[in-house]
Amino acid sequence: MKYDSAGRKLFLVCNYIILTFLALTMLFPFLNVIAQSFSSPGAIDRGEVMFWPVEFTFAYYQHVFNDVSIWRAFGISVYITVFGTFINLAATASLAYPLSRPEYVGRKTIMIIILMTMIFTAPLIPQFILMRELNLVNTLWSLMLPTAISAFNLFVLRTFFTQIPNELIDSSRIDGCSEVRTLWSIVLPLSKPALATVGIFYSVTNWNKYMDALYYINDRAKYPLQVKLRELLVNEGLTDTGNLAFEASSQSVQGIQMAVILVATVPIILLYPFLQRFFIHGMMIGSIKE
Amino acid sequence: MAEPTKAVSKALPGKHTKRKNILGFMWKYRALYFISLPGLLFFGLFKYVPLMGSVIAFQNYNLFAGVTQSPWVGLEHFERMFQHYDFLKILRNTLLLGTYDILFAFTAPIVLALLLNEVRQVVYKKIVQTIFYAPHFLSWVIVSGIFVGILSPSSGIVNVMLGWFGMEPIYFLGEDSYIRSVLVGSGLWRDVGWGTIIYLAALAGINPDLYEASDIDGAGRWRQTLSITLPALLPVITILFLLKIGDFMDYGFERVFVFQNPLNIQSSEILDTYIYKAGLQQLQYSYATAIGVFKSVVGLFLISIANTISKKATGESLY
Repeated sequence: MKYDSAGRKLFLVCNYIILTFLALTMLFPFLNVIAQSFSSPGAIDRGEVMFWPVEFTFAYYQHVFNDVSIWRAFGISVYITVFGTFINLAATASLAYPLSRPEYVGRKTIMIIILMTMIFTAPLIPQFILMRELNLVNTLWSLMLPTAISAFNLFVLRTFFTQIPNELIDSSRIDGCSEVRTLWSIVLPLSKPALATVGIFYSVTNWNKYMDALYYINDRAKYPLQVKLRELLVNEGLTDTGNLAFEASSQSVQGIQMAVILVATVPIILLYPFLQRFFIHGMMIGSIKE
Repeated sequence: MAEPTKAVSKALPGKHTKRKNILGFMWKYRALYFISLPGLLFFGLFKYVPLMGSVIAFQNYNLFAGVTQSPWVGLEHFERMFQHYDFLKILRNTLLLGTYDILFAFTAPIVLALLLNEVRQVVYKKIVQTIFYAPHFLSWVIVSGIFVGILSPSSGIVNVMLGWFGMEPIYFLGEDSYIRSVLVGSGLWRDVGWGTIIYLAALAGINPDLYEASDIDGAGRWRQTLSITLPALLPVITILFLLKIGDFMDYGFERVFVFQNPLNIQSSEILDTYIYKAGLQQLQYSYATAIGVFKSVVGLFLISIANTISKKATGESLY
């Protein structure tokens, strides 16, 4: 680009205008939700709240923070995110490692068999019946075990493991390391960036888990946050929170909903800087076609 | 794995010793197989067992009798499915959403990536990208909460803005005619930025010499886009398009279910949500499975047709 013609300049200006406009469109719904969660019911109802709180109030957050069932759901989501992601990583790494080693006879066949599960997914009902037979319905295991390994993440991790030089692994074997020890002390420490990427993919999925809980969890005491949130959004949950003293009029419902949305989003917002650092990298490894 | 097996079949006289060698080799690295066991068990149990379980679509499945004892009924459930008064409408909704998804959600990231690629200012680009990627990490429940909020007829910001232009408030979620636009729009909002990542990577991989050479030849920017950029993106576009076709019937359960209400159900009921209702709420296990099998078969059919066409036309294919 030695010189810019007039048409080119016009294009660049338009481009910046379009992109800025789109970015603002992306941002405005967030800002609106934040503003509403701090505005009085009257102001929300009159449609006065845009991107700044009107008649500032903290009442919705007080309501949300005083609601035990929301905290319980929050705790369950933290549990399935932390413990579930641990299971995800352990299961994925322990399968990705053998599949990355040339000594593993039959790895191509197994890879194809696994790839097939990405194309053919079982219908809902046989999955549900399986969970029933395994007595996993209404347990938090039902939110962690059936999703323990995602084929996509498995391939990401495998591709990364393949790049570790075989000499390194052979030398640790010669030094008398068992395979488990090699995986634990050589391969995993070398793969920290890949593990972080995959771990972050898994934890976002676990945190956002809604469908599986809808299918497998009937016990309200075991609802994860997304199901609880959904219940609040369709107004069902507002009356049985034991918080009737709060004037849960139709007016304040919207504000409470916005506050809950924010509470459920905060962990993601806190994680976002890390997310952004890793996910692009992960997308790239995952899309390598072999 | 392929090489030793071929070697075995070719060298017939030494077959026995060769096989012994492979077994010995496998025995030497038995720890690897041991480590892989839990993962293999996972795919067997949670992926392939339910896939085999699809046979209940041809039975009158009974919870107490199980798969082995339940009576076989052939294609009865499939016939029932096509006779159901709502089925064609649900199928139409599914196909329409799939079509809109390809028309808008598939093409938008390509355009956006091309626009982002023209930005030279690094800081600006970083900020914009950060904003574009963020919504992808929100669950559909939260996305629906946000959209229900901003589209609310009384207090939603969209209707407030419409009011500035003297328009009457629209109840977007309460009318059949708007729900598909809301579904496609919320999907775009959440995922359009995320979709650009893979294209931006492909764009970064284009050799800059090509642009310089065409500059010298006097090609304008538009000409370069048509003759260099798009052809370079074509393989990525083709592969992603094929994958999208494979997902044509899988618009997604969550993203539709969270927007459904009795007022918009006529246009928002798709196969996935119907399967959930028929199967888990009304307990018609075999019937719901039959619909699931139908969906998978159509999906498989679509992806193989698209793959064949693409192989002939562009040389790109999934398999």
